[in-house]
Amino acid sequence: MNIEVIKPGLLTTWQDLGRPGLAHLGVGRAGAFDAPALRIANALCGNPRDACGLEITLLGPTLRFNAGAWIAVTGAPIAFRVDGVEQPMWAPVPMTAGATLELGAMRSGCRSYLAVRGGFGAAAVLGSRSTDVNAALGPNGGRPLRAGDGLTPGKFTTASPDMPRSTPKWRLDPRPWHCGEPDKSLRLLPGRHFERLTPTSRNALFSEPFVVHVDSNRTGVRLTGPGLEWTSPIELVSEGCLPGLLQLPPSGQPIAFGPECPVSGGYPRIGQIAAVDIPRLAQLRPGDALRFTPWPLGHAVAALCKREHALQKLEAAILKRLQQHAPRA
Amino acid sequence: MDFSIEPLAEEALLLRFGEGIDLDVNARVHAATRALRAATLPGIVDIAPAYATLLLRFEPFAWSDDVAGSFDRLATALHTSLLPADSEAPDDSSRQRLPPGDDEQRTGPRSSRGVRVIEIPVCYGGECGPDLDTVAEHAHLAPDETIARHAIAEYTVAMLGFAPGFPYLLGLDPALHVPRRAHPRTRVPAGSVAIGGAQTGIYPRELPGGWHLIGRTPLALFDPGRDPPCLLAPGDRVRFRAIASDEFMQLAERGG
Repeated sequence: MNIEVIKPGLLTTWQDLGRPGLAHLGVGRAGAFDAPALRIANALCGNPRDACGLEITLLGPTLRFNAGAWIAVTGAPIAFRVDGVEQPMWAPVPMTAGATLELGAMRSGCRSYLAVRGGFGAAAVLGSRSTDVNAALGPNGGRPLRAGDGLTPGKFTTASPDMPRSTPKWRLDPRPWHCGEPDKSLRLLPGRHFERLTPTSRNALFSEPFVVHVDSNRTGVRLTGPGLEWTSPIELVSEGCLPGLLQLPPSGQPIAFGPECPVSGGYPRIGQIAAVDIPRLAQLRPGDALRFTPWPLGHAVAALCKREHALQKLEAAILKRLQQHAPRA
Repeated sequence: MDFSIEPLAEEALLLRFGEGIDLDVNARVHAATRALRAATLPGIVDIAPAYATLLLRFEPFAWSDDVAGSFDRLATALHTSLLPADSEAPDDSSRQRLPPGDDEQRTGPRSSRGVRVIEIPVCYGGECGPDLDTVAEHAHLAPDETIARHAIAEYTVAMLGFAPGFPYLLGLDPALHVPRRAHPRTRVPAGSVAIGGAQTGIYPRELPGGWHLIGRTPLALFDPGRDPPCLLAPGDRVRFRAIASDEFMQLAERGG
């Protein structure tokens, strides 16, 4: 084994960009909750964007590298040391054989990402290396990382450059991909049953804060706030669900779905969190307060297109930088 | 085919064919699913049928850079693709003409209507079905009669959900409709055949659950290492065959 797990961290999982296209089998997409952060970590290692990384939750793992490697850490700001020496996030970082990587506590936010050059070479399940704890799918039966696990970098870098010989003198500005403090406002596309909330509830939804409940995970972020009520009971049969869906169960406290959400469900729908704000949802930790603001679908689609173009431009710029620093043949 | 289109997110919409749990509405959902798979529209990522709706997930960039036009263009393509599906629903003799979708490539026995019929062996009662007596009492039937009524019906896989490969089956004898357990179990064994309200279903793996367990099948409903991973696909017909516990053991040892 090239990389040995000394401590697994609070909840560390293998994640790539998920397994789309299987909803009709009851199989959800899973994948990185803050997908742009994983993509940038992959780019910094010269990996394709869908290589497998580790998603770290609140407290990071300790890993011993038995062979040299290049790594990058992005997402929520986390204590990041190699053999006791602090390292920069949002930059490629070399690991020498025998070095120990310690990822500690996050100063804010909830999820950080570790990429290694070549990606983590776990066995793909249904076309993806993403862990779905809820569905028990993914490397090692869908369980999180454990002490004693062996990790092997894969070979998913064929078309990318040699890595620099020493630590580059540059690092990325995490903004706008990660703000110092998570932006605590989420834009919401009002959904099918929004108009059936009482006027008081509709007003409260967009004017009062909601707090992230401790019982939140990649399946759903449970919110505590003003009790929301329907004008009359809504009886539904199961229909398709997506990450970002804001449902209202009978408790009156909404749940925002995450990447491991069920593919179908029968609770009434308040709305859908804009796709560009899913990374913000991913970075909310228990106790954080957030607000919803209404947003039209057209703006959300335009924002998603704009973000995708910006992300692709950044990935290309990182590749160019890595090539400039690479040793000449 | 009559349906409405509801945008759900930037890259997803819901086609609605009716309301509630209804065999005819569900049949139209499956006919539309087949038609859309056959139409191979560009950028479609997911075509996921439920009772009365069909979730369509697509790559937003595949349709249009022009945001306002994107949904309109997709809606037009959907209406065009689903026009021929009219002749199919609700009881289609034309199904075999369509190229198979990826959930229909399994070779299995087909009824005269071209629909797959899957037989599922079930060991009813005893350790395999600890709630059989409860269901029988509720139905005012003897346990044997309860088994006979459950096994004689032909069911339709309305949808897969809850967990990978979990089939929601329509067609349960109304006498066997039983409200869910007041206290759900934290662990329902894999393969358990259960009744929840007007539906029957099969737990693909050990899961928590509130349905009444009346039997167990040794077949693997879901195996991610198998192609296809699910024993059943939406729209399939299912028949149960009662087996004794020694046959259950034999089949289980052979790995289902």
